[in-house]
Amino acid sequence: MTTHADETASEATTDTSNWTNWLRTKIVGLVPPGQALPDRQPVYVASWIYVFGVLTLASLVVVIGSGCVLAIGGSAWWHVSSLGHYVNSVHLWSVQLLFGFMVIHLWGKFFMAAWRGERALTWISGVVLFAVSIGTSFTGFLAQTNFDAQWIGGQAKDGLNSVGVGAWFNVLNPGQMLMWHIVLLPLVLVALTAMHVILVRRHGVVPPIDAALEG
Amino acid sequence: MISKWPSGGRRRDNTPDSHDFPTRPYDLVKEFAIALVVVFVLSVGLAAIFSSPDEKPITMSAWANTEPNDVVLTAVGELAGTTTSATYGPPYNSAVEGQKLGPLPLQKWGGVRLPVDSAGLVVEPLSNVSGDPTLTAALSSWNTATPDQRTTWATAYADAIGAPAADGEPATGAGGDPGGVAAGDYGPVPALSAAFLQLARTGGLEGALTSSGNFYGGDTTKSLLLLSDGAYLEDQARAKNLAGDQWGMMNEAGNAPGQPWMWLYTFWYQVPPFSNSDNADALVWGLMMVLTLLLMFVPFIPGLRSIPRWIPLHRLIWRDYYRNAKHS
Repeated sequence: MTTHADETASEATTDTSNWTNWLRTKIVGLVPPGQALPDRQPVYVASWIYVFGVLTLASLVVVIGSGCVLAIGGSAWWHVSSLGHYVNSVHLWSVQLLFGFMVIHLWGKFFMAAWRGERALTWISGVVLFAVSIGTSFTGFLAQTNFDAQWIGGQAKDGLNSVGVGAWFNVLNPGQMLMWHIVLLPLVLVALTAMHVILVRRHGVVPPIDAALEG
Repeated sequence: MISKWPSGGRRRDNTPDSHDFPTRPYDLVKEFAIALVVVFVLSVGLAAIFSSPDEKPITMSAWANTEPNDVVLTAVGELAGTTTSATYGPPYNSAVEGQKLGPLPLQKWGGVRLPVDSAGLVVEPLSNVSGDPTLTAALSSWNTATPDQRTTWATAYADAIGAPAADGEPATGAGGDPGGVAAGDYGPVPALSAAFLQLARTGGLEGALTSSGNFYGGDTTKSLLLLSDGAYLEDQARAKNLAGDQWGMMNEAGNAPGQPWMWLYTFWYQVPPFSNSDNADALVWGLMMVLTLLLMFVPFIPGLRSIPRWIPLHRLIWRDYYRNAKHS
């Protein structure tokens, strides 16, 4: 028995002029049904190299978490507090791990030719993520408000000024660099990471080179 | 059945749809949870063992007390318009066009958007000092003089101070010692530079340069330009192996890892033609942009995209799959 309410609901879900329907369709269509968090993977997903992608993601969580703790105390807290200095050390070392895992992940994917099967955008977003990560960590070094920041800023300004962007991205201004480090670039990083992961789930893990399906 | 999603079946490069392969159980959430614990433990452990460097910043006071002659020489250079920042070009001034990338004057195109008057780095902080008649008279003399007269005074005083013997070159002037300068027509420059040294010693210079009249000072552009114009900062950095020709951009003070992922960017500065080019920064930036774009667009570049076939590390990564496929 179909009720008036059911008919109304059916109309609502198929009404393409409805912005909510349009957005829901787009979101639901990002990944195949059941592939957002699948409990099975293709048989060829059996190598330690696959671990480095998730290790990179886990490192990003620790980097952001330790950065949030540093933010509670403020930009100069770590200079005057032993706890703050320790949290800064955790932040530094998690960044080192992030890059170590990311580089292994990147070169692993390179030698797997992981851009095959219409996965070029996944590869490109990964390379952009690597570049943005370098910029994000760089602004962190500039926002340290210590000798390293003084020296790195003095040296780095020449590169940025030489290509005409030094006035907009002023490495001698630690206030501006701190804002880029804790707001703008992390937003870009998290958004790109979400896009990268969604693309991986959308297309699935790239099959082995020259793999052929039976039949 | 989830194949044919989003464009299933065999793709243009003959890669089958991953969703069409046989599957095996896999726990993504458990894998992430374990990875998170591993990274957290590694991070807190490495932090506990190796800590992180925090070399205190150089203060103007420390600079003035440790290398007073360098402070005076820098101040005179700013007044004469001969320091690195005074002759830098955009974005601080239009003294020169700046670096070019091939025919492209990118630095000039950026424009003078952070104007910094090099003489102002000295005169403006001194203008806030009160109760010093000698300084007041010197400032009055400086402010009423013509630009040519100012340059003549400051240049003459800089020449009179000279430099100590170095790299086989004999000493010039007073050998870099302002106290040994011969009498001459230097106008108010000796008084201004001496007062500048005194102000730096008191610790009042940072505030005068960074606050620029505001209570909240957060922009250290002027004070860092001034500090970089002296020799003290670079001497300290070189002693810590941080100079540009010591792979400094990727290092940090002490033995802590800095930014090792910048090794390639730093590498180019060590080799010709970059190491001896006046446009080294622009050239290295241009090259790194090209290399980054190449890496981004590997999937579309014939030859580069075939490297994984020529160096078959994938046979190792997927060895179980290939072995099973061979036997089936």
